Amino acid sequence: MNKLNFLKPDIDNLNTYLYSGIFLIFIAILDVSFNSFLKTNITNFLPNSISFILPLILGAIGFHLIRIEFSGIKNLDLLNKNINTNTFNAVLTLLIIFAIIKSIPPFLSWFFIDATISGDTKEACTGTGACWTYIKIWLNRFIYGMYPNELQWRINISFIALIGLAFIGLLPSEKVKKFLTLYYVVIYPIIAFILIYYLISGGSLGLEWVETGAWGGLSLTFIVSFFCLIFCFPIGMFLALGRRSDLPTVRYISIGFIEFWRGVPLITVLFMSSVMFPMFLPEDFFMDKLVRVIIAISLFEAAYVAEVIRGGLQALPRGQYDAAKSLGMGYWKMYIFVILPQALKLVIPGIANTFLALVKDTPLIFVVGLLEIVGMLNLAKTNPKWLGYAMEGYVFAAIIFWIICYAMSKYSYNLEIKYKTDR
Amino acid sequence: MNFKLNKIIPQLATLLAVILVFGFLTYNAQVNMDNRGIEFGFGFLSQESSFDVQFSLIDYDGSHSYARAYLVGLLNTLLVAFIGIILSTILGVIVGIARLSPNYLIERTAAFYVEFFRNIPLLLQIFFWYFAALRALPLPQDTEPMFGVFFLTIKGLFVPRFVWENLDIFFYSIIAAIISIVVIKNYARKLQESQGKQVPVFSISVGLFIILPLLTFLIGGVSLNFSIPELEQMSTTSFKYKGGLGIPPELIALTLALGLYTATFIAECVRAGIQGISKGQKEAAASIGLTPRQILKLVVMPQALRIIIPPTTNQYLNLTKNSSLAAAIAYPDLVLIFAGTALMQTGRAIEIVSITMLTYLSISLSISVLMNWYNKKIAIKEK
Repeated sequence: MNKLNFLKPDIDNLNTYLYSGIFLIFIAILDVSFNSFLKTNITNFLPNSISFILPLILGAIGFHLIRIEFSGIKNLDLLNKNINTNTFNAVLTLLIIFAIIKSIPPFLSWFFIDATISGDTKEACTGTGACWTYIKIWLNRFIYGMYPNELQWRINISFIALIGLAFIGLLPSEKVKKFLTLYYVVIYPIIAFILIYYLISGGSLGLEWVETGAWGGLSLTFIVSFFCLIFCFPIGMFLALGRRSDLPTVRYISIGFIEFWRGVPLITVLFMSSVMFPMFLPEDFFMDKLVRVIIAISLFEAAYVAEVIRGGLQALPRGQYDAAKSLGMGYWKMYIFVILPQALKLVIPGIANTFLALVKDTPLIFVVGLLEIVGMLNLAKTNPKWLGYAMEGYVFAAIIFWIICYAMSKYSYNLEIKYKTDR
Repeated sequence: MNFKLNKIIPQLATLLAVILVFGFLTYNAQVNMDNRGIEFGFGFLSQESSFDVQFSLIDYDGSHSYARAYLVGLLNTLLVAFIGIILSTILGVIVGIARLSPNYLIERTAAFYVEFFRNIPLLLQIFFWYFAALRALPLPQDTEPMFGVFFLTIKGLFVPRFVWENLDIFFYSIIAAIISIVVIKNYARKLQESQGKQVPVFSISVGLFIILPLLTFLIGGVSLNFSIPELEQMSTTSFKYKGGLGIPPELIALTLALGLYTATFIAECVRAGIQGISKGQKEAAASIGLTPRQILKLVVMPQALRIIIPPTTNQYLNLTKNSSLAAAIAYPDLVLIFAGTALMQTGRAIEIVSITMLTYLSISLSISVLMNWYNKKIAIKEK
C-alpha cells in the first residue's frame, strides 16, 4: 500500500514534491512554448512520437506530484480544487493550456504582426497575415451600402438624433415620467419614421431622393432591426393576449397565426414577401421592397414574442387576476396596470433572446436583394480588384455582430437584475 | 343578455376583419392572375423540369418532373437536418456537461465557445466556412490523404463507399436483433419485478447486436467491400476522383455551421436540465444505497431529460428551419431547388411558395404534436 502511495505528497514532505512537481510542469509548458513561439523543438533528440507527447506526460506527472487534499498553502489548495482534482482533469487542463499556447502565435501573426493596413490597393498586401487595407478601403461601403458618398451626412445626422432622443428617458423630472411609456411606444417610433422618411430617403424638402435599393451596409442592418423591434413588440403582445382570450374565435385565430409564422423559416417568409405578396396587392398599388421586408420580419418575430409573453402571462398566479377584478377593473385596465407590467418583467430574458435572434436574422434580407453588411461583404468579395480577401471581411463582420449581440445580452441581464422584485 | 353581447361582438368583429382581409387579398390575386393569364393550379408539378441538380440522393435529371425535383430538395433538406442534429447533439451534450465541470479552465473554455458561436449570425458562419475556410483547402492533385483513404479537398470530402452484397439480409438481421433486445428487456423487467432477479440486459443486448449481423456475414452471404476514391487525370489541369463517395463542400460548410451554432443552444439546454435536479435527489438516492451509476441512470437522468428534451426538440426544429439558409451557398435544398429554380422557370409564385411553406409547416407541426404527446407521457403524474 505504501508503494502505491509513494508519489503522493503529504504535509511533511510537501516541499520536495511541490518543487519537483512545479519543475516538471514548468518544463512541459516551456517545451510547448518553445515549439510554438520559436518553432524549435528542444526535445529533438527523442523519437518523434515521444517528443510529441512528452510535455503531456511530464505535466501530468507534475500535477500528480502536487495533488494533495489539504496543504494549508492558499494558492496551492485553490489550484488543486479548481484545475487539478484528478488525473483526467489534470490532463484536460494541460491540453487546454497547450492549445492556448499553440494558437496564440498564428492568431497574433495573422491578426496583427503580418497584417497590412497601409496603402490603398491590393498590391499593398504583401504579408502573410490579414489584409486590413481591404476593410479600410471598403469601410464606407460596409457601413453605408451604395448610399451616395456626398449624402452620407444625412444618415449620420438621423442616427445621432435617434440615439440622442432615445436617451431622453434618462433625465426626466417626476412630472413627465408617466408619459415615458407613451413616448417610447408611440412618439419615438413616429419621430424615427419621419427622420428616416424625410432625411435618409429624401425626395422632399429640397433633399435628393435616394431609393431604398441603394441603402445598405451596417446602417441598413440598424434600420431594419430598429423598425422590426418597434413593430414586433406590440403585435406580439396583442397576439399573446389573443391566445389567452376566452373568446374562442379570437383565440383560434391567434393560435393559427402564431403557429403558422413559427412553423416556417424566415427565408421562405422573405420569399413570400418578395415574389408572392405583390400578387395579392391591387395592381396600381406599389409597396417598397424595404417596407415589405420590415412587415414580413415584424410579423415573423411577433409570433415568437407572443409565445414569450404568453409564458409570462401563464406564470403569473391567478390571485393577481382575481385581485384586479375584485377592484372593479375591466379587461384592459387589468392588463395594462396589473398583469402586463408584472408579466413583462418576468420575460425580459426571453424577449431579449428574441430581439437578438432578430438582429442575427437581418442578413437574410439578401434574399430580396437588399444588401446589409453581410450582403455588402459578398458583393465586395466578388470585385475583381479585391479577390481573395473573403476571410478578412467575414472576420470583420463577425466582430461587429458579436459586439452588438454580446452587448445586448449583457444589457438584458442587467435589466433582469434591476427589475427583479422578490415576492 | 348584455353579458352575452359583450362576448359576441368582439368575436364577430375579429372574424369579419379576418375575412375581409383575406377576401381582399384573394380578390386582388384573382384580378392579377387574370391580367397575366395564369391559371391557379398544381398541374405544373407533372411537367418536365428540364434543370439539373448538383447533388441528389435519388435518381434525378432534367427529364424528370417538378414533383420529383421537389422530392430531391426535400430529401436534401432532411439530409442536412439529420447530420446537423447528430453533430449538434454530440457537441452540445459535451459542451453542456463541460460547463458544469469543476475544472475552471474547462468551464471557461466551454463558456467561451457558447458565447462566441451563438452571438454571430448563422448566415455569416455559413459564409465563413464556405467562402473562407473551405476555399483554403488544397486542390485535388495536391491533397495528401488522411489515413490513406480520406481526401479533404477544395472540391469536397471524398470518402470510401460501402459496396454491399445481399444488403437486405443484413438489414433483417439488425431488425431481428432489435426485436429480440426489446423482448429480453421486457422479460428482464418482469423477472425483476416478480422475483427480484437481475439479468445483465446491457451486455446481452450488445452481444446480440454484434453477433446476429456478424452471422449474416458468415452464413448469409453478405459481403462488404470498400470503393476507395482514386484521383484520375481528366486533362492536364483537371483532376477528378473516381469511385468512393464525394461529399460536396456546400454540405460540409452547411452542416458544420448549423452543428456548431445549434450546439451552443443545446449546451445551454443540457446545462439547465442537469442544474435543475436538486442536490437532495442525489443525496437521497445515495442514502438508500444506490451506486453512482445507478444514481445517474435511475434518478438524475430521467428527471434531467424531462427538462432537457422539450427545449432541445425546439432547437432541432430551429435547425431544420435554418437549413433553408442553404440557398445562400447554392446547396440544392428545398428552398433553392423549388422556391428558387422551379419558381423562376414556371413563374407560379403562389403555388410554389405555399407548397414550400406548407412543407416546413407540416414538419414543424408534426414534431410539435409528437412533443406534446411525449410531454404528457413523461409529465410527473400526481396522485
